[in-house]
Parts: sequence; C-alpha cells; structure tokens
Amino acid sequence: MVPEVGHFAIILALCVASAQAFFSLVGAVRGHVNWMAVSRPSAYILFFLTAFGFCCLVISFLTNDFSVLNVASNSNSQLPWAYRLAASWGSHEGSLLLWVLMLSGWMAAVARFSKGVPADMLSLILGVMALVAIGFYSFLLLTSNPFDRLLPPALDGRDLNPLLQDPGMVIHPPMLYMGYVGFSVVFAFAIAALISGRLDTTWARWSRPWTTIAWAFLTVGIALGSWWAYYELGWGGWWFWDPVENASFMPWLCGTALMHSLLVTEKRGSFKIWTVLLAIITFSLSLLGTFLVRSGVLTSVHAFATDPERGVFILGFLVFVVGASLALFAWRAPKVGLGGKFDLISRESALLANNVLLVVAAASVLLGTLYPLFLDALGFGKISVGPPYFDAVFIPIMAPAMFLMGIGPIARWKKSSVPDLAARLKWAFFTAIVSALLIPFVMGDWSWLVSFGLVMAIWIALAGVVNLWTRLRQMTSSGDKTIFASLISLPNSYFGMLFAHWGVAVFVVGVTLVGGYEVEKDVKMTIGNTVTIGDYTIRLDALTELDGPNYTGVEGSMAILVDGEEVDRMFPQKRLYTVQQMAMTEAAINTGLTRDLYISLGEPLNDGSWVVRVYLKPFVDWIWGGAFLMALGGILAVSDRRYRKASQASNSTGEATSS
Amino acid sequence: MKPRHKRLILVLLALALIGVGASFVLKAFRSNLVFFYTPTEVFAGKVPDGQAFRIGGMVLEDSLQRQNDGITVQFEVTDSIENVPVQYTGILPDLFQEGKGVVAQGRLNAGGIFVADQVLAKHDENYMPPEAAEAMERARKIKMESK
Repeated sequence: MVPEVGHFAIILALCVASAQAFFSLVGAVRGHVNWMAVSRPSAYILFFLTAFGFCCLVISFLTNDFSVLNVASNSNSQLPWAYRLAASWGSHEGSLLLWVLMLSGWMAAVARFSKGVPADMLSLILGVMALVAIGFYSFLLLTSNPFDRLLPPALDGRDLNPLLQDPGMVIHPPMLYMGYVGFSVVFAFAIAALISGRLDTTWARWSRPWTTIAWAFLTVGIALGSWWAYYELGWGGWWFWDPVENASFMPWLCGTALMHSLLVTEKRGSFKIWTVLLAIITFSLSLLGTFLVRSGVLTSVHAFATDPERGVFILGFLVFVVGASLALFAWRAPKVGLGGKFDLISRESALLANNVLLVVAAASVLLGTLYPLFLDALGFGKISVGPPYFDAVFIPIMAPAMFLMGIGPIARWKKSSVPDLAARLKWAFFTAIVSALLIPFVMGDWSWLVSFGLVMAIWIALAGVVNLWTRLRQMTSSGDKTIFASLISLPNSYFGMLFAHWGVAVFVVGVTLVGGYEVEKDVKMTIGNTVTIGDYTIRLDALTELDGPNYTGVEGSMAILVDGEEVDRMFPQKRLYTVQQMAMTEAAINTGLTRDLYISLGEPLNDGSWVVRVYLKPFVDWIWGGAFLMALGGILAVSDRRYRKASQASNSTGEATSS
Repeated sequence: MKPRHKRLILVLLALALIGVGASFVLKAFRSNLVFFYTPTEVFAGKVPDGQAFRIGGMVLEDSLQRQNDGITVQFEVTDSIENVPVQYTGILPDLFQEGKGVVAQGRLNAGGIFVADQVLAKHDENYMPPEAAEAMERARKIKMESK
C-alpha cells in the first residue's frame, strides 16, 4: 500500500507542478494577479507531496519491503538500517526522487524567503522552476519509477553496492544535488529577468545568496566525493579527471564565475548580460552532470546501467532546456541593457578576466569529457582522454586566475592604477616568491611545479592578509576604534571572501605538496615483515578473520614504528560482501595535519602472505580542508546582516509591494 | 584615434591569446588521446607501434598467474575470438575476477605481451565496463557474419 500511496503523491506533484507552471507564467506575463497568487502555495504543496512520496520510499526500504523492485535491487535484510536509508537514493530511480525532493525544497524556500521580490517576478521564477520540475517528475514517472513492484516478491534483496556502504558516500549525493538543484534558482531568476526585461542591481542582490548557498553545497559535495575516492578506492588518488568527476566540476567552475559576476552586477550594475548567460550555462552544466551519470556511456563506478529510452528522454529534455533558454537569451538579452564603464586596470576587469579564465577552463574540461562520447555516439570507436591532458590544460589556465585572486580584492572599482597596486602588494609578492623557492628544500626535493604551486598559494594567502591589514588600519586610523572592535564590525561577507580565498590557498598547498612529495610502495608481506616509508617503519603483526553484518574478511594489525618505538597501530581490512560476492578494501588511514599514513591490503598470496600498499601523503588533508574552508566562506557570505536587514525592511513594506 | 587604437590592440591581443590558448589545448588533447582496441584487433596487428592504448574484454578463466615477487601478474584478455596476454605489476582492483569484464591501459611489448600501466576497475551495475562490453559485442557480430 505504502509504495502506491507514494507513487500517487508523485503523480499529484506532477499535476501541481503543471498547474503551477501554467498559472504562474501566463499569469505573470498577462498580469492576472489571481493566477500569480497560485505560485507560492503550490510550491509549498509540491514540497509536501514530494516529501511524502520520498518518505514512502524510505519506509519501504526501512521495513525491508522486497516486493518493491527498487528495494529488492538495492537493499538486503542484513544491511545496517543507516545504509538501508541511504539505499533509497543509491539507485538511479531513488536518486531521481531525491533530486525532485531537493527541487521542490528549493522552490518552497524561494517561496518562503522572497518577501522583497515583486509578485510578478516571483511568479515567473517559480513558474520556470515548475517547468524544470515537470521535466524531472515526468522523467521519473515515465521511465524511472522507484515504486515499481516486484511480484512475486524477492526473498531477500541484492544488497547495496558495497562501495556505497560508507558514511561519505551517504551524504555525497544529497550535498551534490543541493548544489546542482540550487543552481536552478539563479537560472530561474535569469529566465525571469529575460522574460520581464528587468535586470538591475536589486535582481542581483536577490539572486546572489541563492547562488552562493548552492555553490557552497556543490563545493562540499565534490570535496566529499574526492575524499571518498581517496579512502575507499584504495589507490590513494583523490582526483582522476573521471568523466563523472568532471561532470560535477564544470558546473562548479561556471558557478564560481557566476558568483563573482553577480557580485559585479550587484555592486556596479555591470556584467548583466554576461551574468544571465552564465546562469544559463551553469544550470545547463548541472543538468548535463546529472544526466551524464545516467546515460550508460561512461565507464565509471558511478554509472547506472540504463536503457536507451531513458537516454533519449534525458537528451531531449537537456536539448529543450538549453535550447529554449539560449533562444530566449538571444531574443531578450538586449532588453536587459548594458552596465557602467570601467577601466582596463580595475576590479571589474580583474573579475572579468577571472570569469573568462574559469569559463575557458570549464570549456577545456568539457572538450576532454564530451569528445570521447561524441566519437562513440558517431560510431568512431571508443577513446579516452587521459588525465595528463586535463592537467596540462587546467593548470596553465588557472595560474593567471590565481594570480588575479590576489589583485582583485585589493583593486579599486572602476579605475585602479598599477603603481598603487604594486606598492600595496609588493611585500606579499616577494615573500611569496622567496618562501616558495625555499620551502621545497625543506621538504626534501626541489621542483619547478612545487615552487609554482606554492608561489600561487602563498601569494593568495598573503594578499588576503594585506587586504585585511589595510582595512583594519583604515578603520583604526581615526583613533576611536580598537583593532578587535574593527575586526568584529567587519561584515560577514568580507570574511566570507577572505575565508573562501584562503581556502583556495590551502587547497593549492595540499595539491602541490601531495603531488610533489607523496611516496607509494607495494610490497609482499608476511607476519613479522617490515617496510619503511619516510620516517616510519611498518610491521605486520597479525592477520585476523572478520565477521561483519553483511560481510566477512581479513584484518591486518600493523604496528607503526618511529626510531624503533611503536607510536601507533593501524588495521587495514579486506572485506568480502557476501550477497554480491564483491571484495572491498578498507584502507587504514592515520590522518595528521601534515601527512596521511595510508595502508591498504592488496591481495592474498598462496603462501599466506599479502601484497600490501603503503602511502605517505604529505598535506593531503589540506585538499579537503581547503575545500571546506571555501564552502565555509560561502556560508559566511550568505549570513551577512544586510540580507537579514533587507528582509526585515521588506517585511514591513512587503505586502504593499506584492500586489 | 587613441581609444580606437587601444581597443583594436586589445582585440588583437585577445585574439592572439585565444589562438595560442586553443592550439595549446588541442595539442595537449591530441597527445593524450588513448584509443581502444579489442583483442581481435590487437591480434591482427591493428595497433600503432609504441603508443599507449586500451584493451578490453573478459578475463580468460584459469589464466591468472602470479610471479614470484608476488606483485606481478599475468592473465589473458579475450573477446571470445582471440586472447591477448597481459602483464601487470601492482595490486589488481577489487572488482577484478576471472570470467568478468576488464579494461587495461598500456603498451604492447616486442614479445606481443600487453604490458599494462593501469587495470581499470570502473564498471556499471552489471560489472561490465562499456569498453569490454563493446569488445564482446564486436566479436559477436564477427561471429554472426561468418556463419
């Protein structure tokens, strides 16, 4: 009964979304106030229905209802309940249901937190989101119904893919989808601006926080995916330029550009057309990312096996959304108008250059990701584009962007001068160069690439320090404020910028030092053998049998010695998940601020010994630390008091303007 | 005329940068394309010399052999028509099994053995990488045509 009720709820949701789209859009264009009034409540109803449907699926999983095909394919009675919950979004159908849940959630949020937005704009925005929703709900109901029954019911389920039975993998999709779906909000704002022909700094002020939150979530989602690949796949790598990774990275790059472009539109009224175009591009890449994973053309642990019918629907929907929005853009963009002028040396031009570089980087990643797919689709055989291409292309494009990250926040709006900038930044510049040249010697080996990475990271970090220092000095120079008082009076959005940029610096340090100084050893070990890596000696002391809830396996007990003294003990495991008969490596990782010690069991050999892989990874956690710092910066920026003030002000005058 | 000259120079500069950037990207692209060949094609000598490429198919049952150092393995990849011997030094991915799909990237050495740099473990829910599935599909077509 429960699955049918859930199914019905989703069908109702589709009907509500259709009504919402029709009345909101036509009402806004024609000026029918009563029709426009439909948009807000229908968003709330849509979310309620979708959440209800989602709960029905979750209940089916938690109660082990193997008469539901999705539960039988992705769960098992021995599966711990937390993973049974996660299994509800572990499959193609379930993850789509999560997607529409998030979409309806964002729509409800937009309906709730948009007091200052005029009724017709809000109606257009919710109407556009409803159109997107129609596409996804139809896709779900027509081709990917998670509520399909399996009759006669299975005795037990096929179990969740062991690779997904992991906390990191559980939150990775929700975070990622919050980001992907979140970009639909700014997309809807952009389309609404095009339709209405109204795009001003107020529009930018509304859309900016939505974009930043979505971006922060996407950052976390990507970081989680990378971290998971590191500790779960057993190879110690954190980024493979895998098509599926690229599919999430491209919207991130364009989303970053969009965030910065919105900043200019809000502060200076410039870059309007560019911002709208970026919003369309970012969301299109989000859709592309969501769908690429389901197309069946990718060799990846992510790839869901799908049938051609789904692929055709997906492609059609994608072409429609991108085509229609670009057509609308081409038709209506001139109505939106141009912004203010600015000099060649100014904050605007720094941000513009940064934008262009980010988009070019995204385009080159797109080329490397889609080209093999195109060739394959045209029947020219299967090729793959190796990671060296992406590294060779991405890093040189990002280098000037990182350099500009130091300059942009310090440059003045509209017109800045090179001598002025040079004077303010010369200390940071020279310190960066000197320390970047010296640090590799401290680490052991000197290399160009390491020095280059460090220069960029230290430059960005120090430029941020200079920025803060200069600002504090200005505030305390009049004598009536202490440094501490000035510090806490600075707006959250300023700290958001500083933290996010420092996050980039931390990230680059991690990437550079791990790439330059990681050590990997594959050795054959029996009990009593040792292997040395860096300052550590690792000794295999014991191998014990494992008995888990839905797996068996072997666990090694490895002593970690420094100068003969045991400082730690690590327990790598090799598991065999009984239902799917799938082997899994559970690496043992000793995490530290300056290095990770990583041990994974490879394969057992006939004589009872094991092939063991040992890694020493310096500063690898700075990679994800940097990413989380970036996301934190985003959250800080959104928590700025001017957004709260704005909503308070419009609360008092709100109802007068929304007619 | 000054602003106009400035703008012209700017446009030319931008075009030059784009040109340089594009040629750079395409060069990096071309030198990193890895082509895929089925065991039949490898056996027939269709693979260009010395270049890295990918091979895919099924791991031949009972073909997995470990060398004495414990880390180097040999096995055979088959598309049910031809078998190609593969040698790999390193830990095989968890999903690697005899009788299941596999994709490896590497080079053919002088002795006709495929020396793999990577053995790929990525696959879909059916434990068959698309490239391996492709190899089996092409072999099936050849067999049908020869009937």
